[in-house]
Amino acid sequence: MLFAAVVSLTILGTVFGLLLGVAARYLKVEGNPLVAELEQLLPGSQCGQCGFPGCTGAAQALADGSAPVTLCPPGGRAVVQLLADKLGIEADLSGVEEKGPMIAEVKEEICIGCTRCFKVCPTDAIMGAAQQIHVVFREACTACGKCEEVCPTESIKLQAVPVTLQSWYWNKPMAGEAV
Amino acid sequence: MKLFDLKGGVHPEGKKDLSAERHIRALPLPKKLYVPLQQHIGAPATPIVNVGNKVLKGQLIATAQGAVSSSIHAPTSGTITALGDHVAPHPSGLPVPTITLESDGEDRWFMTRIVDDPLALAPEEVAACVAAAGIVGLGGATFPSALKLNLSRSSGVQTLIMNGGECEPYLTCDDRIMRERAVEIVEGIRLIAHAVAAKEILVGIEDNKPEAIAAMQEAAQGTTVKVVAMPSMYPMGSEKQIIQVLTGNEVPAGGRPADIGVLVHNVATAFAVQQAVRYGKPLISRIVTISGGAILQPCNLEVLIGTPLQELIDFNGGYTQPAARLVLGGPMMGQQFTNTNVPVVKGTSGVLALLASEIGHAEASPCIRCSTCVRACPVGLLPLEMAAHIRTADLTGAVALGLKDCIACGSCSYVCPAHIPLVHFFNYAKGDLAAQERSKLKQEATKKLAEARNERLARIERERAEAAAKRKAAREAKERAAKEAAAKAAEEAV
Repeated sequence: MLFAAVVSLTILGTVFGLLLGVAARYLKVEGNPLVAELEQLLPGSQCGQCGFPGCTGAAQALADGSAPVTLCPPGGRAVVQLLADKLGIEADLSGVEEKGPMIAEVKEEICIGCTRCFKVCPTDAIMGAAQQIHVVFREACTACGKCEEVCPTESIKLQAVPVTLQSWYWNKPMAGEAV
Repeated sequence: MKLFDLKGGVHPEGKKDLSAERHIRALPLPKKLYVPLQQHIGAPATPIVNVGNKVLKGQLIATAQGAVSSSIHAPTSGTITALGDHVAPHPSGLPVPTITLESDGEDRWFMTRIVDDPLALAPEEVAACVAAAGIVGLGGATFPSALKLNLSRSSGVQTLIMNGGECEPYLTCDDRIMRERAVEIVEGIRLIAHAVAAKEILVGIEDNKPEAIAAMQEAAQGTTVKVVAMPSMYPMGSEKQIIQVLTGNEVPAGGRPADIGVLVHNVATAFAVQQAVRYGKPLISRIVTISGGAILQPCNLEVLIGTPLQELIDFNGGYTQPAARLVLGGPMMGQQFTNTNVPVVKGTSGVLALLASEIGHAEASPCIRCSTCVRACPVGLLPLEMAAHIRTADLTGAVALGLKDCIACGSCSYVCPAHIPLVHFFNYAKGDLAAQERSKLKQEATKKLAEARNERLARIERERAEAAAKRKAAREAKERAAKEAAAKAAEEAV
């Protein structure tokens, strides 16, 4: 009787052990899947403005809960909202809009055509060649500020995005009053 | 004809008698015209003239760009004196790219092609003429008309509704054009119907314009065009509402009239279409109502596109007293402006100078949840709830309540006893949502760019490494060969 119990338990143990082993091999999860999903939402320009080494680091910190969802300046409010939705938390948008959307702009008079800025631009938003004045494609610029750091003549600078007829909209009414 | 009920709506004081009996008069030729490159929904037109160029009246000066856009023509003959920014007829007061044209006083026409029997043209040709003439919806939405014709033809429109509602108080430009140019309008309507192969043609006119109804009925005799008197109510002249009243069908949320087989055009657009197809005349002028309590003699003027508004105000004697507010369009949906140097554009239906007694400017007080706005909303939304969500920055909540179906008619703000700027909340929220959408699209685009760059850098690195490896292999092979050769030579020497 004792022998039967020992045998059956051993067999069960072996079978389940093998099953678990196989499952661990075939259904392996590499890293925290949330990190990858969060990284998908971030701009991917690896600008480092959040203080983390690139977007993967930022995603890691977000997943750990050690960084707020408002950490990404180039992402703006849209990214904040996306991250908050993904993490299932309320986004505090109050601190985000303060600076307003920015964009890099080349001051043509003092650009010396050194090509440093377009070599560091993470989104290829700057076009230029040696000894030629560079230009910024507004649609592609994320205002990461990398170009500003390397520019030797302070020719390229971040500016507030100019308001156009296409982007203008009515301000929020009764903003000063209590809700 | 049986009419269908419309839920909601308001009955603001008409005030149309101020200008309704004034014949359309042509404004004298202005010295300088400011023609903005964007007077329509879609992409701005691209100028094809340079400073110093001489142009003739009706000559193309900027071409349509991309799928949704419209061409722009010279309103008179003269010289292009500037291509640059000029303040836009828009509440933001922002400058927009504008072509400045100095008139030479001759008003000489560009050669045009006259078609004797426009109804014999193929539907595609009619649409092409409309596109070439730069015609946009003159009811205020300024959507490129040719595009609407082509979309409607491909989606099989059954009913063409011509909008002669003109439900905005004060405005009488459509009333006058129907009274004075009914024959041309009816021909234009038949051309539009021909272009989209519509089976049923209805012209809806509010019953506060009996003369216009009579004129249109007379002109429509012997044709399939049916003129229908509708009850006067705001917003009867809104596209979705006029469809509901005349056909009993509702345009689905987020949909277009074509989805239920209907196409709606404004009656003034029909006139422009007739002029374009029969006489080859592009859209370079429109009828504008000048009215309001502060205007000495309200009137209806035929004005060239690009004329500064100050000239319209001055033409008939100017103000009786300083205006408390200047409005472009009607008082319900129009836009406030301050700079009278802004030009008339294709979508300008009226210029109103209102007295303080004509505008509501009471302080907003808390909502008492009386739900008057709910009864007034012609779309069947809950304005009070939507505004409460927007106030607490919960735009998603407002969208869930149907914010995107709001037609911004302003009926809710008009009736609110607490003077809450409800429609202002909705306009803000729609603008904010659109901005968020834009930044999301940009986010996606820049992400792709960043990925492409990273891939490219990795590829370059890989190729460099491969090339280096190849060079190394070649060098080693060479050395080996040299060694072997040396060894052989040594062997032979031995």
